[in-house]
Amino acid sequence: MTTDVQGSVTGDSIFRDPRYRAIFYQILVIALFVSFVWYVGHNTAINLEKRGIASGFNFLSQPAGFGIGIVLLMDYSSQTSTHLDVLIIGIINTLAVSISGIFLATIIGFIFGVLRLSKNWVVNKIAAVYIEVIRNIPLLVQLMFWYFAVLSVLPLTKDSIQIGENFLINNRGVSFPAIIPSNGFWLITVAFLVAIVASIFIRKWAHKRQDLTGQVFPVLWASIGLIIALPVIASLIMGNPFTVNYPEFGRFSITGGWSLEPEFLALLLGLSIYTGAFIAEIVRSGINAVSHGQTEAAHSLGLRPGITTRLVILPQALRVIVPPLTSQYLNLTKNSSLATAIGYADITALFAGTSLNQTGQAIECIMITMIFYLSISLLISMFMNWYNKRIALVER
Amino acid sequence: MKKASFIAVATAATFIATAATAATLDDVKAKGFIQCGVTTGLAGFAAPNNEGKWEGFDVDFCRAMSAAIFGDPDKVKYTPTTAKERFTALQSAEIDVLARNTTWTFSRDVNLGFEFVGVNYYDGQGFMVKKALGVKSALELSGARVCVQSGTTTELNLADYFTANGMKYDSVVFDTADEVREAYLKDTCDVYTTDQSGLYAQRSVIADPEAHIVLPEVISKEPLGPLVRHGDNQWGDIARWTLNAMIEAEELNVSSANVDDLKANTKNPGIQRMLGTSGDLGQQLGLSNDWAYNIIKNVGNYGESFARNLGEGTALNIARGLNAQWNKGGILYAPPLR
Ligand SMILES: N[C@@H](CCC(=O)N[C@@H](CS)C(=O)NCC(=O)O)C(=O)O
Repeated sequence: MTTDVQGSVTGDSIFRDPRYRAIFYQILVIALFVSFVWYVGHNTAINLEKRGIASGFNFLSQPAGFGIGIVLLMDYSSQTSTHLDVLIIGIINTLAVSISGIFLATIIGFIFGVLRLSKNWVVNKIAAVYIEVIRNIPLLVQLMFWYFAVLSVLPLTKDSIQIGENFLINNRGVSFPAIIPSNGFWLITVAFLVAIVASIFIRKWAHKRQDLTGQVFPVLWASIGLIIALPVIASLIMGNPFTVNYPEFGRFSITGGWSLEPEFLALLLGLSIYTGAFIAEIVRSGINAVSHGQTEAAHSLGLRPGITTRLVILPQALRVIVPPLTSQYLNLTKNSSLATAIGYADITALFAGTSLNQTGQAIECIMITMIFYLSISLLISMFMNWYNKRIALVER
Repeated sequence: MKKASFIAVATAATFIATAATAATLDDVKAKGFIQCGVTTGLAGFAAPNNEGKWEGFDVDFCRAMSAAIFGDPDKVKYTPTTAKERFTALQSAEIDVLARNTTWTFSRDVNLGFEFVGVNYYDGQGFMVKKALGVKSALELSGARVCVQSGTTTELNLADYFTANGMKYDSVVFDTADEVREAYLKDTCDVYTTDQSGLYAQRSVIADPEAHIVLPEVISKEPLGPLVRHGDNQWGDIARWTLNAMIEAEELNVSSANVDDLKANTKNPGIQRMLGTSGDLGQQLGLSNDWAYNIIKNVGNYGESFARNLGEGTALNIARGLNAQWNKGGILYAPPLR
């Protein structure tokens, strides 16, 4: 570099211009970063080769060779399915438990968050004990508890708890009749979708009508009615296009029907109850954040407490609740990787566990698994950000 | 744990360009102990005793290596590994040798970059069920729920066997032997499958062993043995000949009880070579000449180790079977020490 002692002010050197200088440094940083990544990648490849460790993604198309306990929505055969299929099954299983977990945790969280504010001393304390106890015990321990303590206290298959004829509970999980679609089942699916879309429109219409005329329309009951009635009608038209497969007692466990495995149930319960406690705290503080004047104002207008909570307090509280709620959803999804401790076949146990070990491709398997969790977390965040915007205060 | 060992491999693979060829023996001598990978706890093979000291058949191998190198069997630090973690731990040089009832297979030898130094236990996969089920043969197991350990050959053989016989099963997979046993005992599964030695080991710690039977079928070959990383042949040789010396010592009737006497008085040239009173086998390995004497004196020969940890009279009560010497009806056969 040359030093211009006279320091002519007329900006002859590009480097003096702060705008160009900034760009220069940014390019420098990017170049350094890229070469670092390249260096690490290159070195890793060389060292793996030196040690005779195979690398690459070819293993994804090799047959997996091991059995999987829980396979949803797919056909799996240990001899012909590949490690890629294992990855997909792992993803489906993780999503299955995470989505149901998020659903259940939200319900639990909102119920206990509201109960925690109850004026009834007993109710209030029950909620407080739940929240404090659950939040302060490590999740892994809770999962073990649900799996080993509770599920193994359930009766053996032969003394299953029976609810009605065909609903069985035992230490191998919960079994119930399966509906096997046959020709013409599509109409039922279509009817179901139509019912859902119709319900959304009814809700919009009812809102408008209430705004205009003040008349209230029983949206909930109408929707439930539609969602039940339309598929039933469709089924009758097509002459019941399905067969029902009832659970039966087999030599070892229940065969036939659908069942929820104890591993899934334990993980679902553990995750939902644990995350529910955190959500309850978030809900409580969200409600507390709404000024008490709102409640008083609503009461003085003659609104009953239930309606006040639902229509006045919660919508305002939601704005405070949603951002931290998002991170609880992310936590739940990531925590589902503890599945491996209780034998549930999620992506970590299956792909980053068994596949990794059988093929020895540690770096590849962990990388794919990390990318999966990252993508899911980003998707959840995006959805919640969208929802947050939607419910944000619209200044008029 | 998984993540930690992944990071270990990644960083090791990334930055330590020389590790593959570095002399493990020099490293081990410099740090003063061998880092030996063992199970997280499997009675008879590797488990901490009441005083917290590791004991067992695989532990004896680590101790034998330590005796050969340091003249002292206690210069070993143990790293408990699950079936899933063990290979990453060895690849990343977290451990110097893995002695953890590991089956010698093609892909582990070739694809994972390891070198199996021999077989210290010939085994095969079996099934254990509760007697009350009334099952007499593995062929009756269609529809059963089977507990297995993750990352093992067991998982693969199980799938092969059920497919070959047109049977179905549900697998429930856990990381450690303890978790599998708990799940089996709590009746979450009908069947526990692993190496037969593992089944005997597990049955020995169950409260009422009589209530469980090991089915007669053996569905696989499981040659279990110690292994090291590819690429350091000297270290591989030390491990290989430590094992062979123990086997050879039994064949020659050299035991911890008579080794001092034999060293002083024997006229048998084979024993003299082994104990280092003639020849230079130890020096060829880069060790002192009494390396094998130290093994036998401190740890014992193969038969002593077997009897102490696994044999009749122990809780596991396993017969020698295939693991008897070749001239006693087994297939244990050490190449000549010369
Ligand atoms: N020989 C098989 C299985 C080895 C294995 O993990 N065996 C179980 C037998 S019970 C074990 O040692 N578990 C001990 C542990 O989990 O630490 C293999 O190499 O894949």
